[in-house]
Amino acid sequence: MASKKFLYINRKPPHGTIYAQESLEVVLIGAAFEQDVSLAFVDDGVYQLLRDQDTSAIGSKNFAPTFGALGDYDVSKIYVERESLELRGLTKDDLMPLTYEDEDDDWAEKDSIRVVGSEELAEILEQQDVLLNF
Amino acid sequence: MPVLHIINKSPYERNSLDTCLRLARDGAAILLIEDGIYAARKNATDAEKMNSALEKHKIFALEPDLQARGIDAKDTIDGISLVDYDGFVELATEYDKLQSWL
Repeated sequence: MASKKFLYINRKPPHGTIYAQESLEVVLIGAAFEQDVSLAFVDDGVYQLLRDQDTSAIGSKNFAPTFGALGDYDVSKIYVERESLELRGLTKDDLMPLTYEDEDDDWAEKDSIRVVGSEELAEILEQQDVLLNF
Repeated sequence: MPVLHIINKSPYERNSLDTCLRLARDGAAILLIEDGIYAARKNATDAEKMNSALEKHKIFALEPDLQARGIDAKDTIDGISLVDYDGFVELATEYDKLQSWL
């Protein structure tokens, strides 16, 4: 089966609704079926990647550490829209570090997160076969 | 054909239309359905934004949703084309990708 390019577009903050957690589940399923999976974080979706999330006092699952496993599923393209970060007073340093091991480069550890401007993200969006929204 | 963007939320409640306009490339089309059709009103405060969007994009609105919400076709922004359900289906087949903003 030929693989398709899937882009998961995440625009909601992490804990107020189930969208973010469900997205991550579906991303892992797509990756397990060896599809070409990328993620985009836009608008409030950028809050999903903030460091130091601790849900112990609100009694819900802290799924943020699962983002750290994406690299092991060969999900290495994580795009964060620069305009969304800037509007919220955030920089890449506020986000959790996410890495993957590049098999084409002697398994060197590389950064999965790429901060991209909206024009570049628009182009990435157009190159996909399937767009899924959360 | 490029992307058909579908907006189903009021621009006064959600930012999906703004984000769509930021991330839609020239030539992409936009279809307003459900509460998204409020963006098609001529006298809306956002009308200026829609007029400049019309320079880059074809914009459509689903007429049954306008009708249901009491918005007359003549009160929609010039340049926005109204489609019925058949037109919706036709658009969905014409464009090779659909982006349904939440």
